Amino acid sequence: MNANVQSTADPIILCRDVHKWYGHFHALRGINMEVRRGEVVVVFGPSGSGKSTFIRTINRLEEHQRGQIIVDGIELTHDVRNIERIRMETGMVFQQFNLFPHLTVIDNITLAPIWVRGWTKAQAEEIAMQLLKRVGIPEQARKYPGQLSGGQQQRVAIARALAMQPKIMLFDEPTSALDPEMIKEVLDVMVELAESGMTMIVVTHEMGFARAVADTMYFFDQGQIVESGTPDQMFGDPREARTKLFLSQVLSH
Amino acid sequence: MSANTPTVSKTAEALPPPTERYSVVRWLHKNLFSTWYNALLTIVMLALAALLVRGVLEWALAQARWEVITANLRLFMVGQYPVMALWRIWACVALLAFLIGMSWGIWGRMQRGGAIAFGALPFILAIITSDESSRLALIITGVAGVIGYALSWRWGAALQRVSIIGWILYFPILFVLVNGFGAEESVLPTVPTNLWGGLLLTLLLTVVGIAFSFPLGVLLALGRQSKLPVVSWLCVAYIELIRGVPFISVLFMAQLMLPLFLPGVTIDRVVRAMAGVVIFSAAYLAENVRGGLQSIPRGQYEAARALGLSSWKMTLLIILPQALRAVIPILVGQFIALFKDTSLVVIVGLLDLMGIARTVLAQPDFLGLQAEVYTFVAFVYGVFCYLMSAFSQRLEATLHAGR
Repeated sequence: MNANVQSTADPIILCRDVHKWYGHFHALRGINMEVRRGEVVVVFGPSGSGKSTFIRTINRLEEHQRGQIIVDGIELTHDVRNIERIRMETGMVFQQFNLFPHLTVIDNITLAPIWVRGWTKAQAEEIAMQLLKRVGIPEQARKYPGQLSGGQQQRVAIARALAMQPKIMLFDEPTSALDPEMIKEVLDVMVELAESGMTMIVVTHEMGFARAVADTMYFFDQGQIVESGTPDQMFGDPREARTKLFLSQVLSH
Repeated sequence: MSANTPTVSKTAEALPPPTERYSVVRWLHKNLFSTWYNALLTIVMLALAALLVRGVLEWALAQARWEVITANLRLFMVGQYPVMALWRIWACVALLAFLIGMSWGIWGRMQRGGAIAFGALPFILAIITSDESSRLALIITGVAGVIGYALSWRWGAALQRVSIIGWILYFPILFVLVNGFGAEESVLPTVPTNLWGGLLLTLLLTVVGIAFSFPLGVLLALGRQSKLPVVSWLCVAYIELIRGVPFISVLFMAQLMLPLFLPGVTIDRVVRAMAGVVIFSAAYLAENVRGGLQSIPRGQYEAARALGLSSWKMTLLIILPQALRAVIPILVGQFIALFKDTSLVVIVGLLDLMGIARTVLAQPDFLGLQAEVYTFVAFVYGVFCYLMSAFSQRLEATLHAGR
């Protein structure tokens, strides 16, 4: 449980009845979620359940077609300035890392602070080096992403997102593309981040991580939230049969 | 654990790869005489090659009348550019040598052999030439190159910015020097473009063609992907229209139509030809760049957007650098094609390298020397195309460092 969570009166993310269609396919079917400052949310569920789509609507990589999403007091609409403001406050880490292969590690991290926040190069590099130390790979600063292992690349991606000093971090299956021996090094960084009080939404199947740091867990299926609760409730006494079945499949191996 | 589990040695030793014994005889046997029919093929081909080489050498060394080249060398190089103003061309060449030397020292330190060969070239030419003023100019060129190289060895990376600024400034300087300004008596009297010719004109058409069609092509490629229907429709229309028309007709259109569209404004004939080259080349470049743009995975766009980059910053910082890098070989192929296509300006009455070749062949003294003249022209085109292609390979290797 996280001591940093603040009162429910002040949600940093508020989703009301969010719907999303891909053509005729109804991908999100009325999602309601409130995330408080400092809360760590884990979203899990079978593939195709809409959990990635949902997390991507929060920084408008996917557009929702009905309902309301309010991030840090700003409502997501078609207004480009609102979208860019929300993206500045929201860091995102992807399954496939999506580092910029033509830039060195340090340039990957400093690019957005320099070009979006307007920091000087020296300022941005200083912060970048601090972040690289925090994720444990300062010695890789001058290398290109292609020269790093998957786990190192994902840690750079986390540092890149943190360099913008976001209020919220979104993780879209951050360990799913990693070899087993590299998952831990990435999860360790995420645990440290959660303990530092960062607001996080994490889409993952890593139930050990969820048990250790999640404040709230949401089980998605067929574009809906089937069930939510604390890890104790979810692992100890899930109410819904679908949740039980899924958890038994995930935890059995 | 069951008893028949294979035992694993403590540490598997790292062994060197198996080496193949290498000898001339073995190589010959393996590659040329492995079977009786391969042996036969080798012998027949060798005989044919020997015949061909003998024929070419006999012609080149004994029969060919190369004096047609030496007597007209100035025509081939600069056309009818006035002798009094030739120093301006040489100044451009020397400045170019200086910049190449400097850039080579900064970015190409590994290619020391190439640098020495390249640097020696002007001095070797200076020894060969019989013309005193050319010899002096060639020596100055060589020295300029050596100085540039030496400077960059001494100060290296500190000169990077200087050399980039130098390259950017080079092109305006080139035009001021070649074109000149002011009256007959001034320091740099204007040389009318109808006197420009030969290799000089070919290279100017190429440089202007590349310098203007490249940005235009990139803009067209981006425009084609635009979400605004008017923009993308216009770009598609332009690209498909130009690609559906032969280069010669674009050149004719530029010569004949531009004055019609812009009445009252007289546009120089050479400038009109340059416009034709740019218009034509941009459409092809746009399609090549589009190929690069389409090779960028979605994740790159998403990562850039998620960081809060605006559309144009994303395009300039993330998408274009990767897209252009991916299509360097195709782009350079397009530039080489452009270089060779400039020979078609003969059709609209300009005397580029190919045009000069035809006027030389029309001189009564040199009738019937097509073989010599066209061999020489082909050689010059070949050398420049090779240099462009070699440069592109170096560029690719440098840009892909660490990937």
